Amino acid sequence: MTTVVDKSAPVAPPRQRLNKHREWTASRVVVSIVAIVGAVAFLLPLWFMFRTSVMSLNDAFYVPIRWIPNRWIWSNYSEAVKFVSLGHYYVNSVIVATLVTIGAVVSSSITAYGFSMLRAPGRDGLFLMVITGLMIPAVVTMVPTYVIYRQIGWLNTWLPLTVPSWFGGGAFSIFLLRQFYRTIPRELREAALVDGANEFRIYRQIIVPLALPGHAAVAIFAFLWSWNDLFGPLIYLNSQSKQTLPIALAAFVNTQSVTQWQWMMAATLLAMLPCVVVFLAAQKYFIRGIVLSGLKG
Amino acid sequence: MFIAPGVLGFLLFILGPMLYSLVMSFENYPIIHPATWVGLKNWRALFHDPLIWKSLKVTTYFAVGSVTVTVVVGFLLALLLNQKILFKRAIRTIYFLPSVITGVPVALLWSWMFSPQFGLINTVLKWFGIQGPQWLFDEHWVIPALILMSAWSMGGAVIIYLAGLQGVPESLYEAAELDGAGAIRRTWYITIPMLSPIIFFNFVLSIIGSFQAFTQAYIMTSGGPNNSSLLYVLYLYRNAFSYFQLGYASAMGWLLFLVLLVLTLVVFRVSRKWVIDEATP
Repeated sequence: MTTVVDKSAPVAPPRQRLNKHREWTASRVVVSIVAIVGAVAFLLPLWFMFRTSVMSLNDAFYVPIRWIPNRWIWSNYSEAVKFVSLGHYYVNSVIVATLVTIGAVVSSSITAYGFSMLRAPGRDGLFLMVITGLMIPAVVTMVPTYVIYRQIGWLNTWLPLTVPSWFGGGAFSIFLLRQFYRTIPRELREAALVDGANEFRIYRQIIVPLALPGHAAVAIFAFLWSWNDLFGPLIYLNSQSKQTLPIALAAFVNTQSVTQWQWMMAATLLAMLPCVVVFLAAQKYFIRGIVLSGLKG
Repeated sequence: MFIAPGVLGFLLFILGPMLYSLVMSFENYPIIHPATWVGLKNWRALFHDPLIWKSLKVTTYFAVGSVTVTVVVGFLLALLLNQKILFKRAIRTIYFLPSVITGVPVALLWSWMFSPQFGLINTVLKWFGIQGPQWLFDEHWVIPALILMSAWSMGGAVIIYLAGLQGVPESLYEAAELDGAGAIRRTWYITIPMLSPIIFFNFVLSIIGSFQAFTQAYIMTSGGPNNSSLLYVLYLYRNAFSYFQLGYASAMGWLLFLVLLVLTLVVFRVSRKWVIDEATP
């Protein structure tokens, strides 16, 4: 991870460590302790969630709070899944997020290639225009798109959630991939052109393989975004059979007289799990993506 | 030809709807009936709607708080993580992790965290002898609660800061040290100026993000108590999809867009004074 951050730093000069940090030992320990205390504080909410998810409701309502459950009730998970038929929404979310992810990767990859490699009149103007999409609050376009989808009969289908991602995958993805493509030497492309390769071959056989980390980053962001999107399903879907996970979770708040926190936390944990797994598995792509989009922004 | 999907997407899903929205903001459009042109009526109503002002105030309060936390605390955290700490990798991972968990799950987790009696926050406060407030149930504490919650997910900004910190040439620090500058002066005169474009980037990003916050208010508080957490987008959502005032909601959307546009321009203007570009070190 650290190495990845290093690589993307503009000009990382070789660091000369003048024997300095040996004297630093005392302060190094102090700084480490501060960092560790903070890290524990950042982890506490997750532990609090987990321990609630395996408690009885009585146990969760015990004052002062118990850090370790009295009895570990793993059946909370199956109860929570049954309570809001989580499995069904999970499947819906997986389908929608997969479609969005594939769409965003494929279409932003192609678009970014056009914007970074090909020369055409007005290209940079168009790029600037597309990038202003970043600045426009989603809520401004929400009402009119709702009306349009209503007129063309897309309401209560997954089309409003998935189709837009197939058209460029959003300004952020395009911007991010363009940043990646720019790190690829132009000579590679020119050499391939001389060898008689056409644009599509260059794109497929040279550019995409070299920019795979960028594609991974776009995939991660698209997945996380779609998986956690509340607005889309809230507005465009109304039948239970099509709803996605965030709506099912929201139902925990609205449908009970006494909130069943233990089930709610179990369901919450299950909903977070894919994001955590994706992050831990692909942390370096995630970080590199953020860094590249941020540094030259 | 390659750029077609992106350009088409922009025209179909952003520019087109934007313009349509502008038209709608001059219409009365209660969705079940066809739209009728009403001129400036929605826009005038906007300025006389007390809840608009309330929600703008609430949103600004939230935005100022969470932007400050992200920009300032995030910066300090990045400085900390940039030290030669033990278990660096694992510790950084822990700080970044919450930033990938967003939306409804986080909102649910934190509504439980803020439970006045059984929640983690007040328990921890009690260790220090502090009787915690009612948080989400108290008009005066609900926005601070949401700000505290936003601090948990500042990992993204920290990642950007860290990358910037690694780009600051070590030689600058060494020179300053030779000149007798202490750690605080080195941070003030070297780190902050060198990082100013990145601080600026995080600042703008964080403003845009926090003005659009919705999920927290929708899930955790429904805008209450007494509209004290009625974030702007939540109010817009209600106008559009609870009261079905699509024209009015469109005007609200445009107002938000204009507010953000002006804010961003002002920030850009001001930033010229203190952001040091790489070209002029």
